Amino acid sequence: MNFAAIVQDQTSHAEAVLFYLLAPITVLSAVGMLLVKKAVHSALLLAAVMISLAIFYILNEAPFLGIVQIIVYTGAVMMLFLFILMLVGVDSADSLVETIKGQRVLGIIAAVGVGGLLIALVSKGNLGHRFFGLEMANGEGNVQGIAKLIFGQYVWPFEVISALLITAALGAMVLAHREPDSDKKDQRALSEERVRQSAQPVAGLPGPGTFARHNAVDIPALLPDGTPADLSVSDVIAARGHLAKPGDFKFIETSDDDREGN
Amino acid sequence: MNPMNYIYLSCILFSLGAAGVLLRRNAIVVFMCIELMLNAANLAFVTFSRMNGTLDGQIVAFFTMVVAACEVVVGLAIIVTIYRSRRSASVDDARLLRL
Repeated sequence: MNFAAIVQDQTSHAEAVLFYLLAPITVLSAVGMLLVKKAVHSALLLAAVMISLAIFYILNEAPFLGIVQIIVYTGAVMMLFLFILMLVGVDSADSLVETIKGQRVLGIIAAVGVGGLLIALVSKGNLGHRFFGLEMANGEGNVQGIAKLIFGQYVWPFEVISALLITAALGAMVLAHREPDSDKKDQRALSEERVRQSAQPVAGLPGPGTFARHNAVDIPALLPDGTPADLSVSDVIAARGHLAKPGDFKFIETSDDDREGN
Repeated sequence: MNPMNYIYLSCILFSLGAAGVLLRRNAIVVFMCIELMLNAANLAFVTFSRMNGTLDGQIVAFFTMVVAACEVVVGLAIIVTIYRSRRSASVDDARLLRL
């Protein structure tokens, strides 16, 4: 019973319940994707569709594919979509003006036609209408079975597809690359520019209190000729009027007695 | 439940995706609809795999996923490039290959 292939024309009741619960959600999300105006809402509804598809894969005895669906699609691809949406502008709503006359009606007719044709063909065609089941193929485990096929029978397509992935990554890099508009200044150019602007001191601003009698921040430094250097004190202190003048700290004559006392 | 319901669901999703490609103007939404079509095809592959009792359908679905990922990467790069030059992601504005 375990590994024997069981041909079923009906799924289990549990699976049926899950299907009838999820299928309407999937279809409604897909319809909503077409109807909502904002692209971000479309992306969220697409994520809902992809998650329910992952559950369908797991129901269909493809657990590996279901997990990969969640990781690759709802993880990576939707992330990429949202990233580009943020880049282009989240609020970018569709214009509802028809540029080609009657395009919307014709589009709906064409889509309904395609859907009707597909469903009619599939229901008329002899597709078996039953499950052979994957108990035998998944006997060693789903991942092991897939690995055997990918690295055995399908190893050449697998290698080709890896080349395709690398090419796509390179192509995206080439497409998204943009030459900078102007040359960025390097350190040498910056320093030369600083020397040429003679108004700015090359070695940075003088610190407050240097060569003054006190070295508090509100006391300007003294230049060699004895005048206070305005640049040495923060503009904020000067604006508040807290600036002390060097003249306030006149040399106080002390008597010899005091010095001896110390 | 008849197993064919999965295939019918896949057909419905595919035609919804096709409708989206035909009706929507925003290039990013058009891209998402293409993803929906690819996913619908994947569901059909997985169901066929279970119907036939072999894993080949799942392998094809796996390859489809990789191709879809490549397509998304290059397509979104093209959209970003077009957006840079035209400041719009609408497919109507990109009817000329030049600026």
